Amino acid sequence: MIDKRVKNLTEAVAGIKDGSVVLCAGFGGAGLPDALCEAVVEQGARDLTVVANNAGTGRTGLAALMAAGRVRKIICSFPRSSGSVVFEELYAAGKIELELLPQGTLSERMRCAAAGLGGYYSPVSVGTRLAEGKEHREIDGRMYVFEKPLRGDVALLAADRADRWGNLTYRKSARNFNPTMAMAADLAIVQVRHLVELGELDPERIVTPGIFIDRVVQVAF
Amino acid sequence: MPLKRRQIAWRAAQDLKDGAYVNLGIGLPTLVSDFIPADREIVLHSENGILGVGPAPGANEADPDLINAGKQPITLVTGGSYVHHTDSFLMIRGGHLDLALLGAFEVAENGDLANWTTDDPGFPPGVGGAMDLAAGAKEIRVLLEHTTKAGAPRLRKRCEYPLTAAGVVKRIYTDLAVIDVTREGLVVRELAEDISFDQLQAKTEAALRPAPDLRPLRGPAV
Repeated sequence: MIDKRVKNLTEAVAGIKDGSVVLCAGFGGAGLPDALCEAVVEQGARDLTVVANNAGTGRTGLAALMAAGRVRKIICSFPRSSGSVVFEELYAAGKIELELLPQGTLSERMRCAAAGLGGYYSPVSVGTRLAEGKEHREIDGRMYVFEKPLRGDVALLAADRADRWGNLTYRKSARNFNPTMAMAADLAIVQVRHLVELGELDPERIVTPGIFIDRVVQVAF
Repeated sequence: MPLKRRQIAWRAAQDLKDGAYVNLGIGLPTLVSDFIPADREIVLHSENGILGVGPAPGANEADPDLINAGKQPITLVTGGSYVHHTDSFLMIRGGHLDLALLGAFEVAENGDLANWTTDDPGFPPGVGGAMDLAAGAKEIRVLLEHTTKAGAPRLRKRCEYPLTAAGVVKRIYTDLAVIDVTREGLVVRELAEDISFDQLQAKTEAALRPAPDLRPLRGPAV
């Protein structure tokens, strides 16, 4: 019997270790695992490296985790956006390390980890500051930089619907980083709006199959 | 008369080809979506996994799950689709987009693009999808005001700000001119009325050449 559902957020985030690399999905206000991030504040893991496109907004979700002093380093493409007040305070005070990656590089490095690959050569960032220190290689007349796989110990995800096997569907642009991060972490935890019976999700519409998912928790968001 | 911002966007929209898949950068390029000629079907791509970006929703119709790369609420056109981030950037990096219209701080005469950071120490840097688009789309065109607010030229011999990508820009739309980046340097195709070529050159650090068929740059009241 496969049943990945857990009763509450406390069970959902249990066991996350200090020093973990945490993949945190979402883009802008869509597809954010805010409830899971806030549960990690309660759970207590610290010295985290967070991988996320944005560095949180307001004082909730990822911003709450950063405000609690649990995030040592953030790897992201666009940390500053309207409302990224917590990140800006920590950055100005030198209390958080920032590694900046192009958005597609962030995503493809995680896909490489998910696919069991040792990295890939990318044309993105060639000739710029972000390529400094990376291996360069010319392939068929074009220059590329080598990008390593980026793996998470944990992925915090948000989806619209799930069944007890952990099959997931998303809504509109809330899909964003969720499917890739689900595949790229050892422990994939998802908050969902709706839990449905096994068989209710149309197999043609399942975006993330349950093989990638470890824990499912239903919350209102 | 220099063009207003919406007129720069209008002018760039006139060059869009029927059937093109196009990414519009944040800021000035986003305005282009208001001016797509009615006789053309253009599919707008957004980095966060949308093909077929439609107009802004009406009052009370915004869906928080449906936003563009600038995090503004949008709609999806009939025929539109959603993908996840990695596939969205596969479209970008793999050369599947016909065109990206981007904003810029500076463009150099060799097509170098600087649009991601000004190195302001009080302002943490962000790159987003800028480098992916600049390296990956089949063609890069840039929309920007010809000079800074202080009057400093933005079309430079070499970019002062850190590069987004080297040698990628093919066409530049400003409030004063439409300029092509060629192997022989910057060629002015269209020039705003009431400004001479010499006056345009004085506002431009890079050397300009007039096209043999230099035309007036006009925009409708938009």
